[in-house]
Amino acid sequence: MGIESFFANKQGFVATKLDNLINNVVNWGRQSSLWPYPFATACCGIEFMGVVSNTHDVARFGAELVRFSPRQADLLLVAGTITYKMAPVLKRIYDQMLDPKWVIAFGVCAASGGFYNNYSVVQGIDRIIPVDVYLPGCPPRPEAFFDALIALQEKIKGEKITRHDREQRPQLRPESDTSWKVPVVDPAQRAIRRGE
Amino acid sequence: MVATFDVKERLRQRFAADVLHADRAGGMESITVKKDRIVEILGFLRSEPDLAFDFLSDLGGADGMRLDWPQWRDRFQVVYHLRSMKHGRRLRIKASVPESDCRMPSVTGLWKSANWMEREVFDLFGVHFDGHPNLKRILCHHKFVGHALRKDYDIHQGQWLDETESMMDEIGEYGENPDDGGFSELVPVNIGPAHPATHGTLRLFAKLDGETVVRVSPEIGYLHRGFEKHSESGSWTMVIPYTDRLNYCSAMLNNVAWCHGVEKMLGIEVPERTQYIRVIVSELSRIIDHAVCVAAMLVDLGALTNFWYLFNLRERIYSILEELCGARLTSTYVRIGGLAYDLNEGFIDQVRAILRDIPKNVGDVIALIKKNRIFLDRTVGVGAVSKELALSYSWTGPCLRASGVAFDLRKSDPYLGYENFDFEIPTYEDGDVYSRAMIRFDEIVQSMRIIEQALDRLPSGPIFSEDKRVHLPDKDKVYGSIEGLMNHFVLVYDGIKVPKGEGYHPIEAANGELGFYTISDGSGRPYRVRCRPPCFTIYSGYSEIAAGSMIADAVPILSSFNIIAGELDR
Repeated sequence: MGIESFFANKQGFVATKLDNLINNVVNWGRQSSLWPYPFATACCGIEFMGVVSNTHDVARFGAELVRFSPRQADLLLVAGTITYKMAPVLKRIYDQMLDPKWVIAFGVCAASGGFYNNYSVVQGIDRIIPVDVYLPGCPPRPEAFFDALIALQEKIKGEKITRHDREQRPQLRPESDTSWKVPVVDPAQRAIRRGE
Repeated sequence: MVATFDVKERLRQRFAADVLHADRAGGMESITVKKDRIVEILGFLRSEPDLAFDFLSDLGGADGMRLDWPQWRDRFQVVYHLRSMKHGRRLRIKASVPESDCRMPSVTGLWKSANWMEREVFDLFGVHFDGHPNLKRILCHHKFVGHALRKDYDIHQGQWLDETESMMDEIGEYGENPDDGGFSELVPVNIGPAHPATHGTLRLFAKLDGETVVRVSPEIGYLHRGFEKHSESGSWTMVIPYTDRLNYCSAMLNNVAWCHGVEKMLGIEVPERTQYIRVIVSELSRIIDHAVCVAAMLVDLGALTNFWYLFNLRERIYSILEELCGARLTSTYVRIGGLAYDLNEGFIDQVRAILRDIPKNVGDVIALIKKNRIFLDRTVGVGAVSKELALSYSWTGPCLRASGVAFDLRKSDPYLGYENFDFEIPTYEDGDVYSRAMIRFDEIVQSMRIIEQALDRLPSGPIFSEDKRVHLPDKDKVYGSIEGLMNHFVLVYDGIKVPKGEGYHPIEAANGELGFYTISDGSGRPYRVRCRPPCFTIYSGYSEIAAGSMIADAVPILSSFNIIAGELDR
């Protein structure tokens, strides 16, 4: 919270100039070294393997350091269909990621449910978690993914680091099912974690 | 001996009161029986030497609520597809289950693979199986209300879930000592579903003693996308895109499996050129599938270099397929009665070029691992599966052949003219992770042989059957004649009308026997589509095979099965 809270309380011309400078530098760092967490569930996950492999090489965009721990990642890539059974897992992983964090809905299934309009599939992950970039395609081509990545980088460029990240986050879809609770940890599993 | 073969009569002699109906539809004997003595009936069919239906190919359900067939007496039917490994025959047994008494005996005592398949029937149709060791939902989540594949369940009725299942009922009390207040020295560990080693959608819950897995229980269904329900809501052609996304590593093979099954029900023979093209794209898909499987497995073992080598190969085949059909992964190339397009210009040269390069690509990988001490230590003798165990779990495909059973539908029940190609079925004896990895390399070589022969002999000619029931007429006929116009109109509006009946015509997919059990009521929409996914049965053996291994070995065992979640959960 160092830089962000320091500049949040400063006023005046010099502070504003400095603020802009710091803002640009920090955002440049953030946009050029995104650490993705590939939440790959289905076909799009296979195509994401094509994105990281040598032919297309996501390293050209500084996002090649794939992390499988949500605590080390700042870009959640939801690649694949999210079912109702998977929804609590996705929500939990998103909540475990530290701010600042961004989400790309990779493919139509993640963006809208795709052509799986049925009893089992969540009709868009924006009913559960906020989404920054929607990437259509079934699955999207690797080039399309790079387009989405550049769009996200542009978005990050315009963000204010002094504002709390939560306020800048995109909204959930309005017709979201509000009766749905935030998932809770199973008491039995909590007992295991504590070693009880 | 074969001349006297009559399953129907043998069953009538022995179980006269239980046999309700028998017919022969779609090239397979189909017998409807009463549900109460199903275990005796299947046991009889299995143990009699002249019948020897010892392989449970598939077990599924069907809801006859909107079906007015006289032979369909009760609402539900539980369908068993049997195969005799000795005689190479297939048989369909259907147990009739009324809605009022929705329970029947479990056959888990006869085949271990019945465990998961019966759970699936329970989950999706609500048929209870008495004597089942662990009858609970498998594809839908544990708080789901109702049964999704019943005809009166609305396809759009989703049900939110707020917490994942604890699975403590399966694993929780295991190893606890009641005298010690329930204390256990075993450590429960949850792996997945969002875990790199479980490839995204599989969940394992294990109890460990130190580093040894004492007991492990998989949970699946995280990618259950309602393929079967969707297939029943559209026309026969509209199923093709959904089949792409079953085994998304080899979408062409799924397309071929679906269209082949429907063509058999229609009684259509596709032109020779189509058959050859289907064989070529199938084998290309098989190569990709095997390459991805081995690549992912080697990544799990820490050998990332091989991943790049094999993915180079995959990318090149994808660019060929993309030029052919416009999509990299999800091809939707095959049509009922033919193909979407003919081969593009230069396809043959591209394929020949890649066939020249595959030995180099694959050879590099083999050279890196074949004498690699780490690879050998971690794979040889790990997760060994005996022939008997593999058959009891209804394994097919490379995993079964790695255990020493030379069962390949391309040889045993040839389709698409596979009998005209010269190729071998590689087998290994040990059934360990090493065999399951190496057999995939051997199969890549065999697939290359098939492609070479197919390219050499590729005939010219039409790519679509001339049958009016499936073939859209040429535009000049549509605009120039009333017959053509009507034919076009009917095909577009009503879709392909498959005659009443049922069919099951499996093919050899990359993971094993892939078939669609379909019921048609003649309306132009599939009444029931049941997919027989090869990795479902393979994965059902995991908890028995991985128990007792080291936790580090449990991961390569899992990846050597090549579990594709889209196919597993459908």
